[in-house]
Amino acid sequence: MLLLVVLLLTAFGLLILYSTGQTDLVGRIRGSWLAQPQWLWVKQLIYLVIGIGLAAAMYRMSFRLLEWATPWLYGLSLAMLALTLVIGHGAGAAKSEKSWIGFGGVNVQPVEFAKLATILMLARWFAARREPPLTLRGLLQPIMIALIPALLVLKQPDLGSAIVFAGILFGVMYWAAVPVSLLVFLASPVLSLVLSFSTAAWSIWMVILFLLLLYWRPFFLEGIAVYLANSAMGVLALVVWARMQEHVRSRIISFLNPSAYSQAGGFQAVESRVAIGSGGWFGTGLTLGPQKRSGYIPERATDFIFAVVGEELGLLGVLVALGLFVALLFALVRIARQASDPYASLIVFGVASLVFTHVFENVGMTISIMPITGIPLPFFSAGGSFLMALAIGLGMSFRAAEEGRAASYVES
Amino acid sequence: MSVFASWEVARRAAASQWIVLGAFCALGGAFFKAQIVDNESNRRSSDKNHLRNVSLEPPRGDILDRHDSVIAGNYTGYSIRLLATSVDSLRAVLGRLDALVPGDTVDAETIVRRWQAARYQPALVYASASFSAVSTLEEHRVSIPGLVIQREPRRRYPDSNAVAHLVGYVGEVGPDALQRNLFPGAQSGEIVGKQGLELEYDSLLRGHRGIRFVEVDVKQRMIRDAPSTASLPPTAGKIVRTTIDLNLQRFVDSMWRAEPYLTNKRGAIVAMTPDGQILAYASFPSYNPNDFIGRIDQDTWDAVNNDPNKPLINRVIRAAYPPASPFKLAIAAMALRRGYTMDSRMRDPCTGSYQYGNRQYKCWQAKGHGLLTLREAIAKSCDVFFYQLGQQLGADSILAAAHDLGFGERSGVDLDNEHAGTLLSSAKAYVNSKGVSTWGNGEVLNLAIGQGHHTETLMNMVSFYAALAGDGIKRTPRIIQGRAPIQTHDFKLTPNQLKDLRLAMEDVVNQGTATGNLAGEVGLKEYHIAGKTGSAQVTGQEQMGWFIAFAPADAPKIVVGIAVEEGIHGALVAKYPVRTIVRFLTGKSVKADFGTVTEDLQHTASDTGAPVVTPPAVKRP
Repeated sequence: MLLLVVLLLTAFGLLILYSTGQTDLVGRIRGSWLAQPQWLWVKQLIYLVIGIGLAAAMYRMSFRLLEWATPWLYGLSLAMLALTLVIGHGAGAAKSEKSWIGFGGVNVQPVEFAKLATILMLARWFAARREPPLTLRGLLQPIMIALIPALLVLKQPDLGSAIVFAGILFGVMYWAAVPVSLLVFLASPVLSLVLSFSTAAWSIWMVILFLLLLYWRPFFLEGIAVYLANSAMGVLALVVWARMQEHVRSRIISFLNPSAYSQAGGFQAVESRVAIGSGGWFGTGLTLGPQKRSGYIPERATDFIFAVVGEELGLLGVLVALGLFVALLFALVRIARQASDPYASLIVFGVASLVFTHVFENVGMTISIMPITGIPLPFFSAGGSFLMALAIGLGMSFRAAEEGRAASYVES
Repeated sequence: MSVFASWEVARRAAASQWIVLGAFCALGGAFFKAQIVDNESNRRSSDKNHLRNVSLEPPRGDILDRHDSVIAGNYTGYSIRLLATSVDSLRAVLGRLDALVPGDTVDAETIVRRWQAARYQPALVYASASFSAVSTLEEHRVSIPGLVIQREPRRRYPDSNAVAHLVGYVGEVGPDALQRNLFPGAQSGEIVGKQGLELEYDSLLRGHRGIRFVEVDVKQRMIRDAPSTASLPPTAGKIVRTTIDLNLQRFVDSMWRAEPYLTNKRGAIVAMTPDGQILAYASFPSYNPNDFIGRIDQDTWDAVNNDPNKPLINRVIRAAYPPASPFKLAIAAMALRRGYTMDSRMRDPCTGSYQYGNRQYKCWQAKGHGLLTLREAIAKSCDVFFYQLGQQLGADSILAAAHDLGFGERSGVDLDNEHAGTLLSSAKAYVNSKGVSTWGNGEVLNLAIGQGHHTETLMNMVSFYAALAGDGIKRTPRIIQGRAPIQTHDFKLTPNQLKDLRLAMEDVVNQGTATGNLAGEVGLKEYHIAGKTGSAQVTGQEQMGWFIAFAPADAPKIVVGIAVEEGIHGALVAKYPVRTIVRFLTGKSVKADFGTVTEDLQHTASDTGAPVVTPPAVKRP
């Protein structure tokens, strides 16, 4: 099941990537032929072969070995992220962001591997405990595990990846049976921050939070702390806003009101939405989308590749793609459920959280229901690092599925 | 491990699957909204993004002469336009254009203004680019986003300077003219007539723009013609046929430029049929109207505009001169209407001067003419005779009758901006700005010889003579074919009276003021050429010369008038209208001995009428 879905998504993704190279744009040829847009899919195919190798290797690797190596891998990835801040450089859509490191001509995005390492570290931490922590204080360590790489990538600055770390953290915590009330309280300051732009919405939220605190009855001091944190966020928001970096700020503005900033930050959001919206039921046909052909879809091979799906294949193509992603996530959840040991189970659910966050954030941003953050769409976006990381995650999932199947035979 | 007990895990798995399903349903809903509900508006936005309409300029109608020779035609030129997304990007691309095609300096501000007037249309950069500029730009197309090169009909005047003041020229419609809707239907950037016939008949000549849709990419680079969207072809302008005889027009122009006497002089010449069809129309010095099409370069403009001889002035209809001696025919016509005959004589013989009040008014010929009939006085242009005739007619009578004969007003020729001349209605109207009368008793004498407070354009003077040469009815001269002449003034002269006046004018040529200088001219007798000389005093300048002639005198077919600033006097310029007439009547060029003008200036200078009293300087360009 998982294999079939993965194969279909890979084929779909390559097809769309091929289409993104088919445009009417003229430009000077820079670099080798492989660097040209119309050959991007070939380049991706090469990455794919490497990715399959990595996935096969992970499939062969014992979870015990992985568990042993986890702290080292985690430490290495943090070091790499720190190194990125020093010697990193931007590329493509993210010229202002220092997110790449060169390794003898090959550029790597350490953050994609750091996401995996964080999943492993969180899984290891929770798997080592019989019971999940029941207080916010008890969650401090796993929060730190995710927060440190998140802060390091925020410094790049890469808001999208920071959000992915949050998604992984919450996913793993949930799968580790951390009470939902704690998750809500943990997330509440962030929600408060977002809502603070509207005084009315924020006031309503503070009332709801108060009622939730009464209902779930956490420890008294924690309850006070959560409420204070929410209040502080609401107040601090404006101060933070004022100190925010210009491009982050314009992204948030353009998310809130894309058409008002059609020339600046909102251009991408508007044109992506126009491309998708002009697709109708069946789209313009593969490779024929005028928005794509004339270059109006921004970053069409990476961040906004899903807009090409919307324009050229219409709602039908979009639903097929989304359906495949749902099938993938369901398959991963099932593997996590049937996994034979908590560590493997948490890893698989962590990978599912990673994929979910990426897909929801990326697809959501193309249709303007999420802010624009430059994170790739699994199976679709061009780019080696994320593909490798995804292959590794899926390789581990295949092993977990295999082990779970074996265990269930033994049990029955 | 209770938290990983299978029922616990199954519960969380189910819950997480619901969350996934919910989240993806939300995504699906958002896509449904965008793709199905908002499909129409998004599709329109998409079209707006990558479709641009480029206007197709219509070929302007040709202007033809009476034999269908081309006065103004078209050739295929190249226009260069730019599509842009913002002023900044437009400026950046203009900078690059300027570097690629040096010499052609781009006036960035004008182009930015054009772009701002229609942001989704390409802004005109060069209306007519040279072929080499086009090839250079095509080579660098990749680095010039938004470049639109189109083959477009361009205006050309094959006879350039020879037809300048007649056809005028075309140019891009200005923002002011657009706002005031001076050219109904014209859009920003469109080419309209600016002067001459191009201006007068712009609505006929212009045609209608077409539209072509092109696909562009995000950087406004043109990709291709939009296949699915129909384009609207332009409608060509209408052909305007004129009464001009282009051969005669060319003759007049080359004559002026080849004759040493005329070459550097300012003036005008116009030829028409007695019923007012203009045959030739030229003002000198001239300019090349081809330089004015599209963008005139600064040097050429400065050269033309700062020329002390002011070549841009259309001296046929925009320069007014004292009518001088040619006006004596008007006085004669008034006299005939009042019962005088061609044999009428004045009381005092001409002794070279005339005593009026306490002043002596001189005749141009100091030795005097003796006692003359009206017919002889016309032939000899005797001032003393006309002083007395003027007195007898009376100032108010002269002024009223002059208006009745069509003086002091526009001829009504179909060209814009004609000067009306100056002629007051009565002696009472001679009042200056302080309310003090400027009327003097001697004014009536000045009026009688065409001086004083009176100016006329060459066009109106020739138009008057055309009426004398015809049936005594003044009609609006016209250049366009097929337009019925409008009768403006009936002179109320009998056919016999008209015949008498023509005979007197024939005498001017054969035994009058023009005779000496016309000696040796071909065809004088053969074609019965009649005419009238004149010399007008203009303050601060040498006298200007008039000669207005027609032929054959018994049944005139052509009337030609010339006005030459600082021409010294009419007799000196008489031969040019004569040659024009002969040229027209024979239909071939007259061999004129252009190099051998041996005028005795001292002799001829005392040959034509020149009043002593200085007229008010009136010369309104």
